[in-house]
Amino acid sequence: MFGIELALIWAVLIAVAVFLYVALDGFDLGVGILFPFAKDARERDQMQAAIAPVWDGNETWLVLGGGGLFAAFPKAYAALMPALYIPIILMLLALIFRGVAFEFRHQGRATGKRWWTIAFSGGSLVATAAQGLVLGGFVQGVALDKGAFAGGPFDWLTPFSLLVAASLVAGYALLGAAWLVYKTQGALFDRARRWVMQLSVIVAVAMAGVSLATLGIDPRVTARWGVSMTSIDWPVFLQLAPLPLVAAGLCFFLWRGAETRNHLLPYGLSVALFAVGYLGLAISLWPYIVPFAMTPGEAAAADNALALMLWGALPMLPIILAYTAYVYWLFRAKVGDDAAYH
Amino acid sequence: MDFDALLLARLQFAFTVGFHIIFPSFTIGLASYLAVLEGLWLATGREHFKNLYLFWVKIFALSFGMGVVSGVVMSYQFGTNWSVFSAQAGSVIGPLLAYEVLTAFFLEASFLGVMLFGWKRVGPGLHFFSTCMVAIGTLMSAFWILAANSWMQTPAGFTFAPDGTMVATDFWEVVFNPSQPSRFAHMVLAAYLTTAMVVAGASAYTLLKGRALTEGRTALRMAILMMAIVAPLQVLVGHESGLVAHAHQPAKIAAMEGWWEDRQSQPSILFAWPDEAAETNHFELAAPDTSSFLFDTPPTETLRGLKSFPEEDRPPVAIVFWSFRVMVGIGLIMVALGLWGAFVWATGRLDGASLYFRALVLAGPSGFIAVLAGWIAAEVGRQPYVVYGVLRTADAVSPVAAGTVAASLLFFLIVYAVVFTAGALYILRLMAAGPESDEPAPRSKQPPGTPLGAALKEA
Repeated sequence: MFGIELALIWAVLIAVAVFLYVALDGFDLGVGILFPFAKDARERDQMQAAIAPVWDGNETWLVLGGGGLFAAFPKAYAALMPALYIPIILMLLALIFRGVAFEFRHQGRATGKRWWTIAFSGGSLVATAAQGLVLGGFVQGVALDKGAFAGGPFDWLTPFSLLVAASLVAGYALLGAAWLVYKTQGALFDRARRWVMQLSVIVAVAMAGVSLATLGIDPRVTARWGVSMTSIDWPVFLQLAPLPLVAAGLCFFLWRGAETRNHLLPYGLSVALFAVGYLGLAISLWPYIVPFAMTPGEAAAADNALALMLWGALPMLPIILAYTAYVYWLFRAKVGDDAAYH
Repeated sequence: MDFDALLLARLQFAFTVGFHIIFPSFTIGLASYLAVLEGLWLATGREHFKNLYLFWVKIFALSFGMGVVSGVVMSYQFGTNWSVFSAQAGSVIGPLLAYEVLTAFFLEASFLGVMLFGWKRVGPGLHFFSTCMVAIGTLMSAFWILAANSWMQTPAGFTFAPDGTMVATDFWEVVFNPSQPSRFAHMVLAAYLTTAMVVAGASAYTLLKGRALTEGRTALRMAILMMAIVAPLQVLVGHESGLVAHAHQPAKIAAMEGWWEDRQSQPSILFAWPDEAAETNHFELAAPDTSSFLFDTPPTETLRGLKSFPEEDRPPVAIVFWSFRVMVGIGLIMVALGLWGAFVWATGRLDGASLYFRALVLAGPSGFIAVLAGWIAAEVGRQPYVVYGVLRTADAVSPVAAGTVAASLLFFLIVYAVVFTAGALYILRLMAAGPESDEPAPRSKQPPGTPLGAALKEA
């Protein structure tokens, strides 16, 4: 009994870590996706300066997500990673390019800077799309035989995973645009507000599309939501109906609220929108950690391993959150026109 | 699992982890060096410490960035390429990696932001604190990763669950397994030495060019001090690490030493060409009967040779034998350079020692080669096991097709080649320019390093 509870605690902790990753690294990847739409090199410098002090810490949540899955749910990690081999490797390679580009853009001369600007933007786009493919491949489930991956190298590549990838690109771009509203001023600020308005419409359409497509993934998801292509089970659906309604409301406020005086509000609304989508996904997939094949209890590491890590995580996570918050507070000022490197 | 996919997965892991280790082995030492420089600047108020800090922090930022992105790769490769190992050993080794993330990675990443971008936003005390946090983070990271790797070398404190997976019986024994203390010390000293060699080489270069003399002389003296103390210490720690391996991984030691026969007294082989097919060495140049001195064994104890291990339990001999010799050889060169530096410094001739400077420039990258050679000896010496004596590498690999692994390996090769070339170019460019200095630019057009040129610059 205690073991099942430990596994659940860790499932929640890792879910929270992954969400923090999406909310935080999502905006700095999004800024990279928006790079080609900037007016000139000076604006791109400002955009990068708006994320430079914090991106490394943001990406560490991805390491916690991957490392945490390995440590807490080794069987799920061992089943999923080979199944999602290609998009995972693609994501890692893209993250390499855009990660080094932060420093390399400032070290390169004319040609070098141009090349690393493309590497930063392209790397951000490809890493996001690859994460979408990983998510899509994860949600649609993987072929397992006695707990080990038993499918083909391209099983993850489906219309569904492509739809999720495109939607995630739009979603991260929205987070990035909203972050720029918070962090910039002048012409770039006005441009970022327009981006938020445009992207809120695109994301609303994308979320609706992914939600409907997810219903067709597995009968269990259809049953949970009470919605199928031909009929709606109203008593079931009404219990969950607030979620899509709240999402629609958030998109509307984002569309309207880009005019607001509170410059942090669009980012807050975007994160809330992601939270609603994330919650909807969790409801669809519950109680599986490898969709429709493995529950947290089945995939979990030994109890003493989970307990030892919990003793470490309980004091460390609040400390990590505290100094992360401190660093954000330290760099809360808007980026100036003279956005320069350290 | 077919042979090709296994070999490709091993090549891919060796390449990505080998590429990765280059950066931590530099940034662990450099972070501590930066903390010392900033501390000295705050304590003395002398500007050249700040100039040195601002110079090396740029190189640190570049190296650390490359270390981060190549490190993220590692946290996923256990699953993508070694999923059976992950499922089998996850309950034992996973918590160690989780603790690395919780105690080290976030600390480094968050305070790195303050270190690089916080000059105008925090006071000097808080900035110094951030530098120290980054330095402590790198050391904690090394502690946990060496605990995990050492457990794979000398597994302890675990048993098998009914489903066949490994579970810990005592995490204290898992973390402080027999080889962990000596191997952690060996790696940290290696990182400090690697940094000392780079700092010495870069400082010697700018001194030869006659630029930033105050900064160069200070940095050079700090590096020589480090070399003269740490290089001999590293010989002792490395020896201790060898004794532990001798007790727990006799086949690895037999391969490192090139011993084939069981003997009570083995030779110390200086040069040889190990021939695995014929189970002997060619062209052997050795000091016979020195093993009891090196390994401190009683003359009656038999030292096992490779022939006493079944063929399927032996590591590849030539790679282990030679990479071990490269590491030891470079270590001895570092000892010599440290002593040489201490001697010219003590006799007051350091500032004009242009021959010594040239030797230091040449030896600048030697630490990286030694670290790579040492890790190759350690990891190839662990073969054919991934967890020594418990889980064979061949049984640990993911069910991924050879073609997929080959394609991803190719992309890793290309991407890392591009990133490494650019990174090395930018770092070398910074090093060639040298630190900012408050002293006036050199007036002399004399070739650098000549006594006349040096005298003119002094004037």
